[in-house]
Amino acid sequence: MAEQQDERLPFRIRGSLQTLLALQLIEPDHPRLLPELEAKLAHASQFYRDAPLLLDLAAVRARPPIDLGRLVGDLRRLGLHPVGVQNPSPPWREAAEQAGLAVFGPGTQPPERRPRAPQARSAMVVDRPVRGGEQIVAREGDLVVLGPVGHGAEIAASGHVHVYAPLRGRAFAGIDGDSGAMIFCDRLEAELVSIAGVYLVAEEFEPAVSGARVHIRRRGEALVITPCGA
Amino acid sequence: MAKVIVVTSGKGGVGKTTSAAAISTGLAQRGHRTVVIDFDVGLRNLDLVMGVERRVVFDFVNVINDGIRLNQALIKDKRVDNLFILPTSQTRDKDALTREGVERVMEELRAEFDYIICDSPAGIEKGAQMALYFADEAIVVTNPEISSVRDSDRILGLLHSRSRRAELGLDPIRAHLLLTRYDLDRVQRGDMLKLEDVVDILAIPVLGVIPNDPMVLHCSNLGLPVILERKSRAGEAYRDAVARLLGEQVEMRFVKPERRGLLDWLVRRSA
Repeated sequence: MAEQQDERLPFRIRGSLQTLLALQLIEPDHPRLLPELEAKLAHASQFYRDAPLLLDLAAVRARPPIDLGRLVGDLRRLGLHPVGVQNPSPPWREAAEQAGLAVFGPGTQPPERRPRAPQARSAMVVDRPVRGGEQIVAREGDLVVLGPVGHGAEIAASGHVHVYAPLRGRAFAGIDGDSGAMIFCDRLEAELVSIAGVYLVAEEFEPAVSGARVHIRRRGEALVITPCGA
Repeated sequence: MAKVIVVTSGKGGVGKTTSAAAISTGLAQRGHRTVVIDFDVGLRNLDLVMGVERRVVFDFVNVINDGIRLNQALIKDKRVDNLFILPTSQTRDKDALTREGVERVMEELRAEFDYIICDSPAGIEKGAQMALYFADEAIVVTNPEISSVRDSDRILGLLHSRSRRAELGLDPIRAHLLLTRYDLDRVQRGDMLKLEDVVDILAIPVLGVIPNDPMVLHCSNLGLPVILERKSRAGEAYRDAVARLLGEQVEMRFVKPERRGLLDWLVRRSA
């Protein structure tokens, strides 16, 4: 801590905390590795573009290392920037050093969300408009809103979300991971809708459902918006 | 029982001070003892619009912090009976207002007045929250454009959650929409939102629609609340709004195209 503030020093060393994406290698030799990864990235190219990346070797440490230099080159071509590895065994560590990758500590992972078993739920009812900037969360069960949900408002429920008025803000159903949760609204003008972590932004709504009375469900990794009565 | 009404908007420049001046003047004209308070500490404008800026000695902040009596700071309007102005300080900032200090002033004013009109600063921070905290009713001033409507929606949320009424669990603040700068031509061309669109989004009752009127700026420059200008359409609309605030049923004007005479058309063409 006794660092001298030397004015002539042309640099300063400081700690910095960053969150990194980690790519967990499971079958590094699999021929579909790169094509599958490319397809995944295409879904959210903005999010992944030029993202610094850690290679997590926990699952492969027992095997002999692969040519990490080649993998790094392939990943760079996909627009990712591998900067280091974590959880290497000694041979993998050597391979990483040869590829010019740093070795990171084990790091911490965000706690895994375990889908909770659906329980008997009582609904939370909000009988007034939800205004921009407001956030209403029904942690246990469904949320029913009788007034309009304004732009910039957020409503969320562990169960279903019902809005018997225009929905203009953001709505999150199944926030504990219940992918069977649904969103219902009288007029879909939402900025974003999400069910159990899968989301769609307004730009992605089909013209046919914008402004319509709809229900929204999750099918696999996609959201399906259907006009009511259709 | 005195009523505290905040004039607020979230967004700046939509006509809060003009509306606060017009409505307080209108209430006083109708015989109600009215005081209008400038909560925009540091950017005082109300005294200008009310034409009393050359009579300000003490202000709201002095009353709260410096032991000045309320009667020393209140300015009596010379044109309208029953009307008083409590100006604010130009040299201090919003931190000069304390919850306790404002409460003390409000209690004192409640004993003497029928209506206490609070002219809020723009924004949603401390100054605006202080202005709305003690309110019983709110006049949400909105322009017919999307950013203003969204900011009004935001302020409606604060009225619901950050006011004294919300904290004590009393009946919520009654909010009214005052749509200002309504320009029918531009509404019809689709450049501005229709009254119905704004009501659809904000979902509160309409107190009035004030047409876009060059007289507003003209009067403001003269230090004359526009409601006192007989020939002004905006003034007429404010008189209607005051009547509605007092519970009267008044038909909404300036929201449909007027039938124009040939002469009127010619004048417009050459203008």
